[in-house]
Amino acid sequence: MSEIADKVKKIVVEHLGVDESKVTPDASFIDDLGADSLDTVELVMAFEEAFSVEIPEDAAEKITTVKDAIDYIEKQKAA
Amino acid sequence: MFRLDGKVALVTGASGGIGREIARALHAQGAVVVLSGTRQAVLEDVAASIGAEGGADRLHVCPADLSDAAAADALVASAEEKAGAPLAILVNNAGLTRDTLAIRMKDEDWSRVLDVDLAAPFRLCRAALKGMLRRRAGRIVNIASVVGVTGNAGQANYAAAKAGMIGMGKSLAQEAGSRGVTVNTVAPGFVQTAMTDVLPDAQKEKLVGSIPLGRMGQAADIAPAVVYLASDEAGWVTGATIHVNGGMAMV
Repeated sequence: MSEIADKVKKIVVEHLGVDESKVTPDASFIDDLGADSLDTVELVMAFEEAFSVEIPEDAAEKITTVKDAIDYIEKQKAA
Repeated sequence: MFRLDGKVALVTGASGGIGREIARALHAQGAVVVLSGTRQAVLEDVAASIGAEGGADRLHVCPADLSDAAAADALVASAEEKAGAPLAILVNNAGLTRDTLAIRMKDEDWSRVLDVDLAAPFRLCRAALKGMLRRRAGRIVNIASVVGVTGNAGQANYAAAKAGMIGMGKSLAQEAGSRGVTVNTVAPGFVQTAMTDVLPDAQKEKLVGSIPLGRMGQAADIAPAVVYLASDEAGWVTGATIHVNGGMAMV
């Protein structure tokens, strides 16, 4: 797993207080990890801060799973 | 009831008549109070006066010019740094007026009032909410005005800002409710302060005549409403507006 993936996972575990084993790539923040809409906004803000990236509102809306977040941040970092 | 021991509270406009009474009342309930305003020397005098009755170590001053967006953005963090603990209570009390009839109102009069009385409170709420939501605790009390609900000739700008504050508070209350953070509004009526001292006597008399309780309000009439909304006991009150106006407008 990439460094970014590790860090994303860590943030999700920390923020949502879920077991690490549940944070699989396909896990949906809302459906699988018990997040509400405010949690997802807070997660996006935590990602922005941790990775020094800006995630605009329309991109943030599409980040619904752990993999979505990892892919988006990896793409931003590669650019 | 209504004890606030050890809780950090930030009060903006703390050098003004209502602001200093709010600061005094929160402090009397045990809160650690950070006083903000534009004039450092006046804030220090207010802190000295409140601290003279004891608990001077629970008072801090943190000057900021809220017409400066960056200063407003930074205020919550600097208040927390001064107090040495996260913010539990935010009281957006600072405000100014630029009264004139609309047909004579300059863009500058409009935008300055909207900036200081509405945009700055939003910035402070935004900054405070980030931490409060994470900590699953917090109280925001915005000080609006009766004119935000009734309107007032000569105050299109001020009334718009204060009405905006009420709507903003209700929206934030809905956003923050799931985290146990409450956002409420206190809407004072006609209170004797430097802001109302400048009104002509004839207008004051007319205003008092429209108040069922027969007198102008004092700053000390307003502060207890803020203490209540800041307390743990008000934990099931959010998005509310408490009108403290001697019955002038029963809304």
